[in-house]
Amino acid sequence: MRYLPKSDAERSVMLREIGVKSIDDLFAPIPADFRVKGDLNLPRAFAESEIVDYFRQRSAENAPGYASFLGAGAYHHYRPVVIDSLISRGEFFTAYTPYQPELAQGTLQAIFEFQTMICELTGMEVANASMYDGSTATPETVMMAARVTGRHGAVVARSVHPEYREVLATYALHQGMPITSVGFLENGRVDMNALERAVTEESACVVIQSPNFFGTIEDVAAAAEIAHRKGALLVVMISEAVSLGIVKPPAEADIVGMEAQSFGVPVGFGGPYAGVIATKEKFVRQMPGRLVGETHDKNGKRAFCLTLTTREQHIRREKATSNICTNQALVALMATIFMTVYGREGMKELAKHNLSKAAYAAGEFGKKAKVLFGGAPRFNEFVVQTIEDPKAINERLLQKKIIGGLPLKKFYPELGNAALWCCTEMTTRARIDAVVKEVA
Amino acid sequence: MNYPSSLKYTKDDEWLKIEGDTGVVGITDYAQNALGDIVFVELPKVGAEITAGKPFGTVESVKAVSELFAPANGTVTAINEELAKSPEKVNQDPYGAWMVKIKLKDAGEAGKLMSSADYEKYASERG
Amino acid sequence: MSPIHKATTHVNQNEGLIFEKSSPGKYAWKLPELDVPEVDSVRALGAAARSDLGNMPEVSEIEIIRHFTRLSTWNYGVDTGLYPLGSCTMKYNPRVNEVASRMEGLAGAHPYQPEKIAQGALLIMKVLSKCLTEITGMDTVTLQPAAGAHGELTGILLIRAYLESKGNPRKKILIPDSAHGTNPATAAIAGYAVENLKSNAAGMVDIPSLIAQANEDVAALMITNPNTLGVFEQNIAQIAEILHAKGALLYMDGANMNALVGKARPGERGVDVMHMNLHKTFSTPHGGGGPGSGPVACKQILEPFLPVPVIAVKPDGALGFDYDRPHSIGRVRAFYGNFGMHVRALAYIMANGPDGLRQTTEDAVLNANYIRKKLEGQYDLPYTTPSMHEVVFSDRLQGKNGIKTGDIAKRLIDYGFHPYTVSFPLIVHGALMIEPTESESKEELDLFIDAMRSIAEECEKDPKLVLEAPHTTRVSRLDEVTAARKPILRWKPKQQPAAAD
Repeated sequence: MRYLPKSDAERSVMLREIGVKSIDDLFAPIPADFRVKGDLNLPRAFAESEIVDYFRQRSAENAPGYASFLGAGAYHHYRPVVIDSLISRGEFFTAYTPYQPELAQGTLQAIFEFQTMICELTGMEVANASMYDGSTATPETVMMAARVTGRHGAVVARSVHPEYREVLATYALHQGMPITSVGFLENGRVDMNALERAVTEESACVVIQSPNFFGTIEDVAAAAEIAHRKGALLVVMISEAVSLGIVKPPAEADIVGMEAQSFGVPVGFGGPYAGVIATKEKFVRQMPGRLVGETHDKNGKRAFCLTLTTREQHIRREKATSNICTNQALVALMATIFMTVYGREGMKELAKHNLSKAAYAAGEFGKKAKVLFGGAPRFNEFVVQTIEDPKAINERLLQKKIIGGLPLKKFYPELGNAALWCCTEMTTRARIDAVVKEVA
Repeated sequence: MNYPSSLKYTKDDEWLKIEGDTGVVGITDYAQNALGDIVFVELPKVGAEITAGKPFGTVESVKAVSELFAPANGTVTAINEELAKSPEKVNQDPYGAWMVKIKLKDAGEAGKLMSSADYEKYASERG
Repeated sequence: MSPIHKATTHVNQNEGLIFEKSSPGKYAWKLPELDVPEVDSVRALGAAARSDLGNMPEVSEIEIIRHFTRLSTWNYGVDTGLYPLGSCTMKYNPRVNEVASRMEGLAGAHPYQPEKIAQGALLIMKVLSKCLTEITGMDTVTLQPAAGAHGELTGILLIRAYLESKGNPRKKILIPDSAHGTNPATAAIAGYAVENLKSNAAGMVDIPSLIAQANEDVAALMITNPNTLGVFEQNIAQIAEILHAKGALLYMDGANMNALVGKARPGERGVDVMHMNLHKTFSTPHGGGGPGSGPVACKQILEPFLPVPVIAVKPDGALGFDYDRPHSIGRVRAFYGNFGMHVRALAYIMANGPDGLRQTTEDAVLNANYIRKKLEGQYDLPYTTPSMHEVVFSDRLQGKNGIKTGDIAKRLIDYGFHPYTVSFPLIVHGALMIEPTESESKEELDLFIDAMRSIAEECEKDPKLVLEAPHTTRVSRLDEVTAARKPILRWKPKQQPAAAD
């Protein structure tokens, strides 16, 4: 097999030096009746060209090159080509977790830069080196809030991504953590009166998302006021990271849980992505996930290492802040490079393009159908309600090689024939005009 | 290793100084040596009840966490705020770097802990 | 002591933090012309408008390329040489996997695009699922968990849901004292108490202890097989019987599947549910700490509880996701899992075929046993039980000069290798845990063996050399104590730089 760097002659020599007759002797510890006889029923070995061909065919079956108006937690942004050039370097790509800092300063410094940039963008004081994604970061932030406050409930806005809430529900069930849901108003924002009633002395935190699932920007300050007045923490989830270029960061939050996929990570049918948790310095010891810190070596030279590791599973085991071990380091590196390419001015311009495209689209849709949740600012997503079922509209658009907005009946049946539309810097005016035309 | 005779000791390597019905608690020279460089001490809040033999906090080195076990029953009346900024004081001066002060439930019970001679023997057996 | 053959010091680029290279006006981006009216952010967002992005860097493209290129040269990867971390399975990451995952229709597919234009992705997931159930001897699988620990949680939640459906979720999980830290951490998150299970003198689960501890309060035992000592749990069938007799289930941590693929199938010996690590056994890259993927395979009794959605074949033969799963434990992750890793793992399985996978496992076990044979005598073997794909030594023989496993590991760096796993598993005092994987040539193994022998000699003749290692890296041993006492977790402007980088 071409990945195996041995000849049969070398195998023989090695077996002899070990002192066994055949490789089967080394598998003797496995009881004979447990050993597989013959070959497994798997596809026979493919040549490399056949592998490429197989996946090329699968790719063709996935409508490559279609224009897409889907967002909802996974965003089509342009990926600068330097990202793949750099992350493909074997020393980043094939390295392990930087437990031996003398041989991993490249990974460690890159993570330190990532942590710094996330702080700058989110307005928080510390950020970790990544969680699996935004959806799993959600229960991690809630469990963190429970540890900090010693309380056991969470109040969660319905305008948080439905699948984030589903994942939270799965975790919360076994943590003895009741979840109370709070609805949204006609302007798409969290119902603050309902929130006021829902937050009690047992609430560890309030969880909102901004921009929320509908693309609407929440009144973070108002939510913070209610939460803090009752001794609870405010968790703000962010699933469209590009919004941070133009939307004020949630500085009033105690914990920010983020999805970094928008920062140069392929949409890739849902993963791998990269979550992040960022928070105030005073909560750092309750934060899950790896952290890289600055220090120096014995000669005073600046260097970086994993730190505060006693929070983690390999030391604290069942009392750890989380069971997470492997994170999303390479994906976080993509995000770091993306943030570096765009930088201070570019992040702002990129966000402005997104804002402008969506504003134009919403305006045009508004002439033909009802655009919901007016009355509050939004970023690059909006909800359109039509007389016709959005699925039928999308069928027609597929003929034009366009993927329309996400029908929302599955998640929010009360919104009827509504669909969530996303425009990014990749969306062209011509395509926007084409889809608006289909909305009769 | 140093084990002042004015103090009482536990098998969990804590020392207790009894002053009337107040107890002052810290960890022994043996403990700080075994832990290595201490980076963080986690203490309970003032007013917390602690139970003899049960954990009431933790002390961390870079690669390990150890629980602090209460030497006696009582209520926490003070915690040493200095340790938050300078946990290394526990290594430098384990008997001066107290961790908590407690109002003892039963000073008589507390008096039944190990003497410094007994503790020294216990510590040397463990190497 | 032999001279060092594998590595030489060489001029290596310095590089500061990206913020230190930043300067207003430098830029690396250009957006196309805006083809819609530009929106004024303050007018559109009001109080929610952001004015400044503070200290985000401003650099040019070549500076970015140089910055990260230089950083990469400070690392060591599987591409550089042997990476003998135990239970991490640092094997070759085939490059065709990268080509496959970057195909436009796969990398650019949105998870919510209509199923009829996602058939390619669905087929990949279905074929991979079939391969993984075949490899493990299980009945069904979910690809949703994002990593091993996530898979463990999923598996334990499946067990809980199953036991609940039988009337009693029970209270505790038995975990061997040799277990990886994620096991007890996972049990705690799933709401179970953890009870330790002793290992016997052979380094395996102690059967009398198991019999004594297995009762109706136990939901499951989490076993790793081969375990973290690299030892095959020969009594696995009996272990499963003991548990099943009490109505408990057997969970297997599949981190060490690299010793079993094509040679033994856990599902045939009583394992009810297990996770796999695609980033270990199935060659997806470690990437400096992730991403991973932790599919969970299980027996039919647990099928109703699988995370939602599951892949289904529709009446017209097309593939789709089935959300109608009333007994599901719910979701453990948004969307469908780390699909990019599914692509890579499938490409790996296809490149190997059944014979290649078997040969891979054989070479992995051959390599570990070769190292064991060549180093026993020089290094203490705490257990005489045969090793499978990894071997654990201890530092007992070197201890007399005050040298510990961590020191030997640091000296190994000077010889041009990445260290093995230090001080784990916890049941071995001063452990050296070595897993070469099948990706090492005899030449590389011999260089490693020579290095370890030379270091053993140095421990006798020149202990200071080992105690103060590494000597040839860009940075020497770091002050991890100050890093923990006074954490600095981000760059701040006007920070004093330390001695020149």
